[in-house]
Amino acid sequence: MTFDAATMDMILKGIQETLYMVGVSSVLSYLIGIPLGIVLVVTDKNGIRPIPAVQTVLGIAINLLRAVPFIILLIMVMPITQALVGTLVGSKAIVPPLVIAAAPYIARMVESSFKEVDAGVIEAAKSMGAGTFQIVWKVLLPEAKPSLLVGAAISITTILGYSAMAGFVGGGGLGAIAINHGYYRYELGLMLVTAAILVIIVQIIQEVMMRLSRATDRRIR
Amino acid sequence: MEQKEPIIRLDHLGKEFHTVNGTVKALEDINLDIYAGEIFGIIGLSGAGKSTLVRCINYLEVPTAGDVVFEGISMKGLDRAGINQVRRSMGMIFQQFNLLSQRNVLKNVCFPMELQKTPKDQAVKRARELLDMVGLADREKAYPAQLSGGQKQRVAIARALATNPKVLLCDEATSALDPNTTKAILQLLKEINRKLGVTVIVITHEMGVIEAICDRVAIIDKSHIAEVGSVSEIFSGPKSAIGRQLIMGDTVHADFGDSKLVRIIFDGRASNEPVLANLILACKVPVNIMYAATKDVNGTALGQMIIQLPKDEGEEKRVMNYLATAGIPHEEVTRDDF
Repeated sequence: MTFDAATMDMILKGIQETLYMVGVSSVLSYLIGIPLGIVLVVTDKNGIRPIPAVQTVLGIAINLLRAVPFIILLIMVMPITQALVGTLVGSKAIVPPLVIAAAPYIARMVESSFKEVDAGVIEAAKSMGAGTFQIVWKVLLPEAKPSLLVGAAISITTILGYSAMAGFVGGGGLGAIAINHGYYRYELGLMLVTAAILVIIVQIIQEVMMRLSRATDRRIR
Repeated sequence: MEQKEPIIRLDHLGKEFHTVNGTVKALEDINLDIYAGEIFGIIGLSGAGKSTLVRCINYLEVPTAGDVVFEGISMKGLDRAGINQVRRSMGMIFQQFNLLSQRNVLKNVCFPMELQKTPKDQAVKRARELLDMVGLADREKAYPAQLSGGQKQRVAIARALATNPKVLLCDEATSALDPNTTKAILQLLKEINRKLGVTVIVITHEMGVIEAICDRVAIIDKSHIAEVGSVSEIFSGPKSAIGRQLIMGDTVHADFGDSKLVRIIFDGRASNEPVLANLILACKVPVNIMYAATKDVNGTALGQMIIQLPKDEGEEKRVMNYLATAGIPHEEVTRDDF
């Protein structure tokens, strides 16, 4: 199967746009998701600083956002998107909805990673007079790091999957190519190629994160 | 014991847990004085409340009644910062060691100093001294996963001592270790107590731990203190049923028949004499040994023996008279005492 130069250019541009959307959205989602995950764990009724009201309200808000299908969320948050990036089309316009969808997801991933941290270690830190912030920064984050990296592989892959839907709202990237050319114009070959590239990207993300997690985990002898 | 102020006083301490199945009283009306420089043991069966008790001492569990007084300061009145301050004067070690798995040995020992913002070079120097003291100077780059249980507990001990605490709380610190390692760790705790003058509070369910290192012991049973005293006192004459059970173990549940039982107490003096042989020769009666144990408590042989007397009333009387005139501590016991 061969493509002309224009098609090759389009695919290359698609890869670039996909990496841009996924990269920027992942970073922003984590910047929001990690603090949310910390708040969920810390304010839990068995947490280090229980504030059940905050935990419950935040938990419900996260569940609400996670319950909305991404394609619907994409449309619902259009006013926010317009306000934030000034446009409703293109790769930029897909970033706000991606972040709004992914941050709550990441908050739950982070929460579950933190919950794996041995309660005894947290108790030991408390017995040494550690404050809440010190426990989060010096115990929870470093002890959960291997698990957070594994979680990141899953989260980034999910964001990649969501980003493919950008095509429906005039966004760019590989997903848009697959939909516009492969689906609407019946260019089956092109659709398969973009799908294959997406598979490779997923493989790379998964492998890199897993290796990073294993290489930095000191529990392995 | 009134001549000095206790370093820790538990004053009518109580702790209730509210669960879905109602309120559970984990501790009720606990009064204890622990003095500076002693090794104090708290022993009890699992579920007796001993782990909750040790956690109340550093406020990991907040008591629901009474107070903990540390060096004359009531902890009830302290805010979060004040409690953290007190906690820095109390080191704690745990059954599961609770080391930070992603930090190496040296950084684990530095951790409490990091929390109180000790300059790094100073912290590293102190950590190396402590690692040397616990015998792990050559393993500072190792991670906890690369250490044996005994080594992990040594790191935990070094870490607990990093901030020069006055008290070291040990929560079942040897319960996950094999007998030889247990011995070595107990020896280390004793050394720390003698050399550094750190008051050590040991929570355990094993009488062996108490015998090996403690000066005084409190027996806790069903959320209450059953008895408190010096280890030799409690060992030679436990007054509570739980005390007898812990010291004699489960070996005395056998059927004793219905003749009289006498407990002979070896208080150190009597253990050098062949008490029983003399008794049999003097009284010319056979006695049956139901239970016997002698232990070395701080260099003194302490023990007890339960003998069954003959059914014949005259012979029984002769034995009792002999014990009384020979001045051998003894008491009549019934089957219900065990």
